[in-house]
Amino acid sequence: MDSLKKELKEKIIENLNLEDMEVEDIADDDMLFGDGLGLDSIDALELIVMLDKDYGIKLTDPKQGKSIFESINTMAKYITENRA
Amino acid sequence: MHKKLYIQSYCHIKNNQLWLNGKLVFEGDQDNNLKDFLKSSYRDQKLHYPKFFKMDNLSKLSILAADLILSEIDLNKFDHNVALIFSNKASSLDTDRKHQKSIDDADHYFPSPAVFVYTLPNIGIGEISIKHKLKSENGFFIFDEYNAKFHHNYERLLIKNNKSNAVLAGWVNVDEEVYDAFVYLISENGNLEHTEQNLIKLYKE
Amino acid sequence: MSKGVAITGMGIISSIGNTVEENFQSLIDKKPGIARIKKIDTIHQDTIKVGEINFSNEELIKILDLPDSNNYSRTALLAEIAAKEAVKNAHIRDIQKYRTGLISATSVGGMDMTEKFYYSYYEEEKDRKYIDAHSLGDATSKVAKSLGITEFVTTISTACSSGTNAIMLGARMIKSGKLDRVIVGGADCLSKFTINGFKTLMILSETDCKPFDENRTGLNLGEAAAFLVLESDEVVKKENKKVLAYVSGYANANDAFHQTASSEDGEGATLAMQKALKVANLLAEDIDYVNAHGTATPNNDSSESKAISRIFNNDIPDFSSTKGYTGHTLAAAGAIEAVYSILALQNDTVFPNLNFETPMVETSLIPETEVVRKKIDHVLSNSFGFGGNCSTLIFSKA
Repeated sequence: MDSLKKELKEKIIENLNLEDMEVEDIADDDMLFGDGLGLDSIDALELIVMLDKDYGIKLTDPKQGKSIFESINTMAKYITENRA
Repeated sequence: MHKKLYIQSYCHIKNNQLWLNGKLVFEGDQDNNLKDFLKSSYRDQKLHYPKFFKMDNLSKLSILAADLILSEIDLNKFDHNVALIFSNKASSLDTDRKHQKSIDDADHYFPSPAVFVYTLPNIGIGEISIKHKLKSENGFFIFDEYNAKFHHNYERLLIKNNKSNAVLAGWVNVDEEVYDAFVYLISENGNLEHTEQNLIKLYKE
Repeated sequence: MSKGVAITGMGIISSIGNTVEENFQSLIDKKPGIARIKKIDTIHQDTIKVGEINFSNEELIKILDLPDSNNYSRTALLAEIAAKEAVKNAHIRDIQKYRTGLISATSVGGMDMTEKFYYSYYEEEKDRKYIDAHSLGDATSKVAKSLGITEFVTTISTACSSGTNAIMLGARMIKSGKLDRVIVGGADCLSKFTINGFKTLMILSETDCKPFDENRTGLNLGEAAAFLVLESDEVVKKENKKVLAYVSGYANANDAFHQTASSEDGEGATLAMQKALKVANLLAEDIDYVNAHGTATPNNDSSESKAISRIFNNDIPDFSSTKGYTGHTLAAAGAIEAVYSILALQNDTVFPNLNFETPMVETSLIPETEVVRKKIDHVLSNSFGFGGNCSTLIFSKA
């Protein structure tokens, strides 16, 4: 799981253009949206694309994303359980 | 009522240089591509606006040009009622190509929402509105080249008819590595009269 | 006291009709034009519904009697058909007689051709003529050339509010005496570029869209073109023109919230409606019908409903979204909905909001779901575009 979490942090920084951020800056349980990393609705959609492209998981209801993308921990858990 | 209008300030962004009111304020590395030049300008101008990095090149250029001018202005003096009237030739073609590329291969396509939202030329002025909290009128026009006559007329009418208290306007064009920005603020303050000739003169500077 | 800017002609082509009369008939017959996509080979064929125009490009070329060597994109074809109908409807014989302008709007431009031929340009010389057709200004300049308009020509591109903004600019240019006459409107055709883009934003509905319904899931894309002819009072008098309606109010404001989503309290929309009422010198209670933007996305309808409530308080006039008929036609939307607003005035008819079943829990607003005949003097029409670009027009009876 740990290597997946690191991988997710790297992908988030890369895909969402989080300039000036390093992997060390994101804690596993940091809130990704809202007050935490401050990601927005377009970032959520980008993460949905990433789930499909890199892990073969297709999300059809954008509202599901809210719980899945809460933190690196929740993302890693969901991917581990559902990856193609 | 005949209001006398002035070009309160103006800026140019071209040749990897930032110019404000005729003075060079920053010169980027001449070897830099546009993306890197925009990044180094962002740092030099201390924008402190992380959303900048999510934008496409056209929006980044629009925000930079707007910031050069608006950072010296107290928007409260205009009640935040500053209209945005911009134009260009390439529309959002630079970003359109990126989106097109992402949907080319029917077997392996992953269109990016973050790219698609920028496939319109007016998103840049939307970004300016968000950053500076301007809920004023904004329009985006496509011309073959900077049309001073059109701009002069539109800007004058907006203030004359009390639709806005000032107008941030100009030409922001990006097409791969070819780019050009000429942005200015029209208001009742200043020394340089708002005329078509003066706009052309400044554009050519 | 000025009544506004006179509208003396209109033309339209959409998925519910190829002329103004055909569109009107479909509206009152409650006949929508939403179906599975036929002309574009997209992998989303079975999961989206669109408002597609029946004619193929070849058929449109034939109608316009263009030579084989033409390089018209579908956007340009649609634009020219609608613009020509408008000019004919306005009984214009000599376009050069007065200072006449053309203000057109589009978001797709020639992208429909570019996405078809981009990779064949290297090998196939015959396709290269479409390279020039790509730019947004190309459709506009083709229409200008075909109509003989030289005085003033421009293209507006502000996403879904473009058509509305074109009408607004035209009205202002007449009012300020810069032009005597102006053809204003917009055109957009369906394309894979747009379909895929909207799909990735997850705002497309798989079924017929349900504007203002609690269970709405998104929009149906559509294609269309529409133009109005605006003329100064002087020209109307000189030429003894019949006035169809007046553009009495207009305004634009920015929501300043997000690149594509609308703010929760509908601030941009509220400001646009407020300012338009001011320009028209009308009060909210003077509005008899609101043709809403109503795209049927969860976000827009919620935001727009809030704005409508803020403007009209407890006295909400009859309102509906006609996008259940035509789909969301992007840059053409403001223009086709202007035609529908004028038809509403001319015929004292409110057009229904199709597919509505359950009111939104947060606002309880209920759109008009039947064809209603009643006296209509003023219609308010909204169009809100990506980039927070919010525009409103008010049309008044002639």
